[in-house]
Amino acid sequence: MTTQLPPGMHIETVDEKIMTLNVGPQHPGSGHMRLIIKVDGDYIVSCDPDPGYVHRGEEKMAEYRNYIQNIPHLERPVIHDSSNILYPYCLGVEELLGIEVPERAKYIRVIAAELNRCIYILYWLAIYGIFLGHSTMFMWPAGDRELFIDLLEAMSGARVTHAYLVPGGVRNDLPSNFEERCLRQVAYFEKRLKEYEAIFYQNPLLKARTEGSGILSRTDAIRLGTTGSVLRASGVDFDVRKKEPYDVYENLDFQTIVMKEGDSYARSRVPYLEMFESCRIIKDALKKMPKSGSVRTKLKPNPKGGNDEVYRRVESGRGAIGYYIVSNNRPEPYRVKISVGSFRNLICMPYLLKGEKLGNMPAVYWGLNYWPVEADR
Amino acid sequence: MSTIAPQFRFSRFIASLFDLIFWVLLIFSLVGLPIVFIILFYIKLPIINGQLMTPYLSMTWMADPSRTLPIVKNFIHTTIFRVMVFPGFGFAALLAAATIFVERKFLAKMQLRVGPLYCGKIEGILQLMGDGFKLMSKEIIIPAKADKPIFWMGPLLFVGAAGAFVSLIPVAPGWVVANPSVGLLAVFAIIGFFPIIAVLTAWAANSKWTFIGGLRALHQMVAFEIPLILSLLGVVILSGSLNLSHIVESQQHFWWITFVPIGAIVFFITIFAELERIPFDLPEAESEIVAGWLTEFSGMMYGLIQLGTYLKLYAFAGLFVVLFLGGWNGPMVWPPFPQDIITNGITIGPVTAKFPGLPLFDQQMLNGTLWFVIKTVGVILLILLPRGVFPRVRMDIALHTGWYKLIGLAFINIFIALGLLYAGVLGPGGLLQ
Repeated sequence: MTTQLPPGMHIETVDEKIMTLNVGPQHPGSGHMRLIIKVDGDYIVSCDPDPGYVHRGEEKMAEYRNYIQNIPHLERPVIHDSSNILYPYCLGVEELLGIEVPERAKYIRVIAAELNRCIYILYWLAIYGIFLGHSTMFMWPAGDRELFIDLLEAMSGARVTHAYLVPGGVRNDLPSNFEERCLRQVAYFEKRLKEYEAIFYQNPLLKARTEGSGILSRTDAIRLGTTGSVLRASGVDFDVRKKEPYDVYENLDFQTIVMKEGDSYARSRVPYLEMFESCRIIKDALKKMPKSGSVRTKLKPNPKGGNDEVYRRVESGRGAIGYYIVSNNRPEPYRVKISVGSFRNLICMPYLLKGEKLGNMPAVYWGLNYWPVEADR
Repeated sequence: MSTIAPQFRFSRFIASLFDLIFWVLLIFSLVGLPIVFIILFYIKLPIINGQLMTPYLSMTWMADPSRTLPIVKNFIHTTIFRVMVFPGFGFAALLAAATIFVERKFLAKMQLRVGPLYCGKIEGILQLMGDGFKLMSKEIIIPAKADKPIFWMGPLLFVGAAGAFVSLIPVAPGWVVANPSVGLLAVFAIIGFFPIIAVLTAWAANSKWTFIGGLRALHQMVAFEIPLILSLLGVVILSGSLNLSHIVESQQHFWWITFVPIGAIVFFITIFAELERIPFDLPEAESEIVAGWLTEFSGMMYGLIQLGTYLKLYAFAGLFVVLFLGGWNGPMVWPPFPQDIITNGITIGPVTAKFPGLPLFDQQMLNGTLWFVIKTVGVILLILLPRGVFPRVRMDIALHTGWYKLIGLAFINIFIALGLLYAGVLGPGGLLQ
């Protein structure tokens, strides 16, 4: 008896040698997502990422709130990087509404964004460590993250979801002794970062495990549309902060970290080296910042955007985040489309994992700098 | 508001008390008395003051230690004591429990944490007990399609094999549970059991993760068993014996680690693979295969596996000490038992108490145990250390290390041992004379 299948469905032929593994959503080695992995012995035959378990409809929610009310819920996809995911939204709304931002606020925004980038990278590094079975590398960054959380708490009043950046500047001014405290903690953190190098990045077992695994060539990185540290680890010199500088990044002194190898080791090392550059940016911004002045341009209550559209993007911890905002003479945006780095990096996971060993799966997966909650939005 | 139960009758309450007394007496006479007789069968009752123990004398045990001590001393020299308490299970389990606690605090200090802190007021010393009670109170969940007898048997077999391994380790001169003349071969045979248990339970649990974990355990343990066996051959060649006690006695002047350091290093590396510890914890790699072959275990079944793992850790550390670090040998530091108490007893005021059983343990044995424990704790700390320093390796790297590098080193070690023997440096006519 043959059964009639509905159109679009097909019966999958099963090979006896191949085992299908559902890595996630209930798996210590997956985020809020699922990887359908087919293995032949220790080798991965195919990998099919299945995101969407934490879809919250941020884009639709944004259509029912006005420009100021959108701030707190738009930072929810990446609470560890909340300033950076709000940054392009603020830039876009400022352009739509025609708001001028005070000079001091621009510097404070950059400081907040770089502190948040460090918080995100430390969290990412902690999970990278425990994914490779290195429990010390889990505990150290998770502890040192408190330094920056304390600083952002002093700036904004909240420890994780700051809602600090607003269209027109920042929500409130810095506390009185902030500059001295920030410099002290950043100096201590730079000392700690050098110890990470000794225990983790120069570890022969880590190098043996990650070097030469999951190689993404330069052309493939560009062809697949990856972004952020994945792109830079494959030898492409692209950083939104350098190429399309926003706010005051063009005045500040920093470098783009580029590595040529394109393997898991390079992908794990680029964000680590970027933390040194973030510290440089913070120190430079504190030096060049105007010592007094307004930090927020007052908006009219319930501001309306014109019949206009705008696209702005910034560099976040996971790559470029872009906001496309359409307004139609109403207090609420007509459409908000968020393009995040995580989702763009996810696409190269099937390419990288095909033919890899199962033991390389955590290193490749987490090296892609993929944050499932942000990708689902 | 408290009230007496509505159906309460005083007569029934009295009747139930009598009922209870009846059942207690019945169960004691049917179950308790045979157990008492079994124990009496094994312990030789001493003759005290010219008379064998009578029920009246037994009542005076508590008051008069001179009656208790001979019985305790006789008990110490029984096989049951050796199996259950001193060189056997109790001693090993105590060291294993201390190892778990020290591991948690040690690792916490390395990672800038505090570790267990609240349970038991002083530095969380009762945390282990709390964890044990938690595991015991948890429900044991067995997968629906599991092969239940084998699945149940897995943890028990694991602890049994670990206990058998512990029983072969000599702690002090003459203090070992089992002392076969081919002790080292027995160790190899027991080590060979562990991958079989892992594969059996992994297969019986009927899960993909346990299946992969079991296969990984099999591959890894077989790959590291051969260098383990080969690395110990150097010691066998030099000491000329397979008996572990003889090997310890042969190291009275020089520890074998001074002559065959390569063998010691190879053996030390293979310990990690056999124990499934980082960097070789591939069979339990949680980010790849959940918990490997332990995925489906819950409650006390998992607790038993953990107990077995730490017993095995103690046994391997003890084996390292016995083979390379001179076992119980060391300078005599334990003070001798005061002769005055043995001959004259203790005089407190008008009362003079004599203790015919003293001393319970002789000085040699206590000194040997002290040195053995010090060395074993040192080796255990070295085994714990890499957990804070290394990441997990990949399967192919682990197998390459086992089959290729370590076996090569082990062969070099054997040739060094043979060279030392034939050059006359060691052995008959050499340093040992």
